Amino acid sequence: MSEIVIGPKDLRPADIRPGDLAESRRWVPSAWHLALIPLALVMLFPFFWLVVTSLQTVAQSRTFGLHFGLQFHNYVDAWTQAPFGRWLLNTTVVSATVVVSNLVFCSLAGYALARIRFFGSGALFLVILATLMVPFQVVMVPTLLIVRGLGLVDTLPALMAPNLVTPFGVFLLRQFFKTMPVEIEEAARIDGAGRLGTLVKVVLPSMRAPLATVGIMTLLWTWNDFLWPLIAIQSEKHFTLQLGLMTFQGAHTINWPLVMAGTVTTQIPMLVIFIVAQRWFVQSLATQGLKG
Amino acid sequence: MTGAGREAVSSGRASLRDRFFASDHVAGWLFVSPAVLLIGLFGVAPIIWALIISFQNNSLITGGTWVGLANYRHLLHDPMFAASVRRTVVYTVLFVPITLFGALAVAVALNRRLRGMRFYRTAVFAPVVTSTVATAIMFSWLLDPYFGIVNLVLNKFGVPSQGFFQNPSQALYCIVIVTVWGWLGFAVVIYLAALQGIPRELLEAAEIDGATRWRAFWRVQFPLLGPTTLFLVVWLSINALQLFDEIYVITRGGPLASTTVVVYYLFQQAFAFFQAGYATAIAYVVFLAILVLTVVQLLIGRKLVHYRS
Repeated sequence: MSEIVIGPKDLRPADIRPGDLAESRRWVPSAWHLALIPLALVMLFPFFWLVVTSLQTVAQSRTFGLHFGLQFHNYVDAWTQAPFGRWLLNTTVVSATVVVSNLVFCSLAGYALARIRFFGSGALFLVILATLMVPFQVVMVPTLLIVRGLGLVDTLPALMAPNLVTPFGVFLLRQFFKTMPVEIEEAARIDGAGRLGTLVKVVLPSMRAPLATVGIMTLLWTWNDFLWPLIAIQSEKHFTLQLGLMTFQGAHTINWPLVMAGTVTTQIPMLVIFIVAQRWFVQSLATQGLKG
Repeated sequence: MTGAGREAVSSGRASLRDRFFASDHVAGWLFVSPAVLLIGLFGVAPIIWALIISFQNNSLITGGTWVGLANYRHLLHDPMFAASVRRTVVYTVLFVPITLFGALAVAVALNRRLRGMRFYRTAVFAPVVTSTVATAIMFSWLLDPYFGIVNLVLNKFGVPSQGFFQNPSQALYCIVIVTVWGWLGFAVVIYLAALQGIPRELLEAAEIDGATRWRAFWRVQFPLLGPTTLFLVVWLSINALQLFDEIYVITRGGPLASTTVVVYYLFQQAFAFFQAGYATAIAYVVFLAILVLTVVQLLIGRKLVHYRS
């Protein structure tokens, strides 16, 4: 897993050594650009058009041609007509809680399932594996009834509770704990560290990549989740960004520039995190593919 | 949690209480207890409860009444359900191979050192972190029948405006385009990781031997990607069968129910018609279909992957 280096790392000039196949290509533009440039344009065009439209007036948006308007009023209007700030806060609170909770509890459970031999651990692992395979639609109705029974319907905790510990996180971390050499832990334990102390001080610091995977995947799911908030939340003040964006679009279908401005603002936080931490994102997705 | 107990043990003043906490059984269960509690409540319990609900006439508001297999029997004679299954199959049969082979081609193109590679990769990966709702909204606008840029461009070339999402015979295919755009980057990441695991010499040998590059790829590299391809087929199929977000945001199952895929249909049953029992029975059937499909794919795949290696 640690061998995967996709992203900026393999582009450093220092990596290109004399005699490397890439050396001969460095100064001759490769024919691959002829395929890659159109590809990048197709992938980026929706984003480009999103931003262009968001800066236009309604009239401009309806005629052919590039009108690079600078109508920032769409952004002002979007944020005054809908509580995007509130939705951003809700989404952040829910996602942060879920991510932290998963990191803590999945580490504990994954570690115990990998390292501690306790009564029922085998069966427990199988049960967790089984829940991992069940699609959300199956449990959607009873989950709603459980959340309602707890009095949480239409509150932010309703969005957190079902995702506080994901079977995926437990499974993934258990697999990684399994591959770690036991000797270091044994040494720590002989030195008098307890199980918890060993986990926190010795094991977790060398598990940065898998922990990042769990954190990033949980963040992506929670941040972009749509179906569960759609079912669990009714009042606008408890909407997440995605739910809010959907209703905002529904309410302003004729005013596309306004809708586009709203869409841009809701996507910026995750896109910024992605661009800053692209290497970690890519590694996390790849890890999910290989272990998930 | 049990730190105090531990220190006492190690300093040799082991009381009964300390020994209790030091036992592996207790420590193990203490460690997993939050996960057991939460996965039990929101993972295991709903699976069992859902099975019970699928045998009930349940309106979500009042408690359900037992109806035995009636929901499952109704499902066999429900033409709307059959139609939604057909649409889901059409969608899956298009979405999975297009995404798979598209991603394979893109991953091969991206798996080299070139100027601007970081830009190309960011372009391909960015849709992965874009929410399904935002993706759906962007494409609604691009493919808007009246003012969308695609139609405006088509008009310039003398092609009349298309209905796209508002045309019953085009809507589902447009949904395929939207979701391929959204999923391509994920599949590319997986393929890239696998390609980078293939020994460099093999790649270089295949590249230098220009005359047979195409054949070398399919004979040498593609078989080595077998396990990855198998994983992606399974993973993409599972997600294709659960298509919902884009349908809800763009078409609400229309026009003329032409995009009412099976999960959208069960969502309607549960939350528009309050037939939660029936909806859950459908969900269980979808789950069963996913399980069977996955097992079949793994069996066939294992055979193919095995033969080639």
